[in-house]
Amino acid sequence: MNAAITLATARRVLNQLRRDPRTVALLLVVPAALLCLLRWLLTNERANFDHIGAPVLAIFPFVLMVVVTSVATLRERTTGTLERLLTMPMHKLDLLLGYALAFGTVAIAQVGISVALALGPLGLHVAGAGWLLFVVGVLDALLGMALGLFLSAFARTEFQAVQFMPAVVFPQLLLCGLLTPRSSMDAALRAVSDVLPLTYAIDAMQRVTSSSGAGHRIGIDLTVVCATMIAALVLGAVTLRRRTR
Amino acid sequence: MTHAVVIRGLGVSRGGREILHSIDTTVEAGSITGLLGPSGSGKTTLLRCLVGVQVIAEGSVEVLGLPGGDVRLRRRFGYVTQAPSVYGDLTVTENLRYFAAVLGTSRSDIANVLTDVGLNDHASDVVNRLSGGQQARVSLATALLGKPELLVLDEPTVGLDPVLRRDLWRLFAELAASGVTLIVSSHVMQEAQHCQRLLLLRDGRILAQGTPNELRQRAGVDDLDDVFLRLIENEQGADA
Repeated sequence: MNAAITLATARRVLNQLRRDPRTVALLLVVPAALLCLLRWLLTNERANFDHIGAPVLAIFPFVLMVVVTSVATLRERTTGTLERLLTMPMHKLDLLLGYALAFGTVAIAQVGISVALALGPLGLHVAGAGWLLFVVGVLDALLGMALGLFLSAFARTEFQAVQFMPAVVFPQLLLCGLLTPRSSMDAALRAVSDVLPLTYAIDAMQRVTSSSGAGHRIGIDLTVVCATMIAALVLGAVTLRRRTR
Repeated sequence: MTHAVVIRGLGVSRGGREILHSIDTTVEAGSITGLLGPSGSGKTTLLRCLVGVQVIAEGSVEVLGLPGGDVRLRRRFGYVTQAPSVYGDLTVTENLRYFAAVLGTSRSDIANVLTDVGLNDHASDVVNRLSGGQQARVSLATALLGKPELLVLDEPTVGLDPVLRRDLWRLFAELAASGVTLIVSSHVMQEAQHCQRLLLLRDGRILAQGTPNELRQRAGVDDLDDVFLRLIENEQGADA
């Protein structure tokens, strides 16, 4: 592992993003615009907006990050730059951490805008602190980033990578406890829900919504989110093959 | 003469099909070796074995005295793939700066390689907006970073105009004169005249190897284009 290579990689990925203003705009504006839409939709149901606002605020960056990072790393594979990098003195984790740093920076901007918008003009009321909303949101986005990096190992084409979204993200959305409380789920579904990472990401947001202070349960949720993120990055490095057939 | 590359009984198979069969060859340090053969003959696979990104079924590859793919080799060779493997959405300099950082070489190196490939005027252009030939030279410039001892170049002159091709072969000759070993693949036999030694590949086997003159004599023809055809015919005649 080499910090200079990791930082150079992060700078390179951010430079590439800078050259693609449309993607940057989509990353920063779309989650905020969707929040506005949700607020408008629930104009006459303020309590409902306060109830689901925070979890939804976590979902948009999470989904976007899965798609963007899986396509970005897949592009690295298909253009041959990955093969070149792997013939150079670069550790596989240097590359993934570089991506993580770059997209982590994007996540901070993305979630920062959404949280400021939600708590400010949109008037979202949560029992917990605003900074906690931000921290949980960024960690949830980073979880999406790590899952995207890992998933890209299983896609041969960008077309396949995009298809992973419904295959991997939608079941997690259905089972995370936002649509139906987890307590009312069938035991089997609840067991599945227990092992899906988004469940913990959303649970943390629901706790910020309903209770003040950084409770013990949020700590457990965020530990699971971070552990999954690290595991996905390490597995991502393992699945990057230096030698191929 | 020391050997930059020693290949013994190399075999590679993909999906049950053999891509390379019992390849045996050596490459002298400080020389230009041309790897020639029709497309699909296994040239790229052989080069991939040298740089350590190919799974090898049997045999051995030794590069600069170390097993192919050894970690210690990663600063010592440059590799240019057939398609330009650089970031199309970055400028030429941004690309070189990044790869220089990965290799840990100095910034002054970037100016040198830009001059080597004649891209000084395009240093701040975004790669995607350059012509195909210019993009290929960006990829080559990247491989020249860090003064590698061995250059593995997969069809570096494909699609370039005659003037550029001449300039690149001059650069390759200068590099070889300074002690760099070059292995250059091509499917155009005319390129062979620039090489000290040739390796003719067909269907994953070595059809013939030697200096251009040796091969001319063996084939009994003067024109390098005919050499390959004649050698194939001779082999088929021997089989019959």
